[in-house]
Amino acid sequence: MKEAPSPGRAAPAAGAVVAPRKFETEDVLAIAHGWKAEGRKVALATVVTTWGSNPRPAGSMLAVDANTQFCGSVSGGCIEGAVIREAMDVIEDGTPRLLDFGVTDTQAWDVGLACGGKVQVYVERLD
Amino acid sequence: MDRSTLDQIVQDKAAGRPVVLAKNLASGHNVLVYPFEKTERSPLLEAAREAAVNDRSASVTAADGTWFLQVFNPPLRMILIGAVHISQPLARMAVMAGYAVTIVDPRRAFATEDRFPGLTVTTDWPDEAMTKLKPNRRTAVVALTHDPKLDDPALLVALKSDAFYIGALGSSKTHAKRKDRMLAAGFSEATFHRIRGPVGLKIGARSPAEIAVSVLAEVIAALHEQSGSLVAPRDASTLPESQVA
Repeated sequence: MKEAPSPGRAAPAAGAVVAPRKFETEDVLAIAHGWKAEGRKVALATVVTTWGSNPRPAGSMLAVDANTQFCGSVSGGCIEGAVIREAMDVIEDGTPRLLDFGVTDTQAWDVGLACGGKVQVYVERLD
Repeated sequence: MDRSTLDQIVQDKAAGRPVVLAKNLASGHNVLVYPFEKTERSPLLEAAREAAVNDRSASVTAADGTWFLQVFNPPLRMILIGAVHISQPLARMAVMAGYAVTIVDPRRAFATEDRFPGLTVTTDWPDEAMTKLKPNRRTAVVALTHDPKLDDPALLVALKSDAFYIGALGSSKTHAKRKDRMLAAGFSEATFHRIRGPVGLKIGARSPAEIAVSVLAEVIAALHEQSGSLVAPRDASTLPESQVA
């Protein structure tokens, strides 16, 4: 995959003077807010329930735009691909979806959590 | 989620106002709940309050389906006494871990924007700064100057607060002298032992960045001990050699 530019920041034009970048933590909602303000189509994915071993707790978020540029996370990287694919449909039709991932769902989804946990992710369009 | 709800959450976060986003997972309906601003008793408000106090998003089942309560608390805070070398990596690492960091040092040569780009630096005296900052149960205080004239006034204020972590740099010998001073100032031995010293987890840290890792790790452990999610606090000195190397 191509290296994505840092979330929510356009690459500076060649020769541009770059202001010292404020050192800050990644704020997924603020980035999604910025993307929306730029007129981009955005979906938000939120971890709503976890069972067993999970790298990201309930409330963790991922924002993705229609070009699959994304920030944040809903797992240790195991299910982000599938969530982003689903988010493309959500951006298209506007219908929120509640996705289940876990070791028992390997037939329904071609991804699972290696750590053996289960996770439920709510995906919705930012309107 | 509609734009106005997102606008409001972003605004509340900027203002440091705790807010809980209640989302009905069946209907997709969103409601913003302000857990500490109303006293009425409703199951949703009470569940939102509990989630906010525990700083843990959770689901609750009501007559109209399952609601997911997503907590947006103001960030945890870290107050660093001393704009010293260790504070430079520690401040940056703490910001990455989600802390709002304030660096306190009345010595203007240390407390410069150049040394701490993008961070909040104050040159108030530590006791004045601490009194203004009002540390609470979501605040960590770390004294790093090595100088009792600067560290002690901050520690005196910290010990009267609910700060979940208080640490002070210095050897065991330095810490013993600190104990004498704190007891002389009227604190009990138990209260004094809230100060973690020598500061940080034992990982053999030497460089400023390594010491920053050890301090931040200890802060994180203290936070999760407090919330009960740390099952067995673990000291690196008890790890098998293979994991330490």
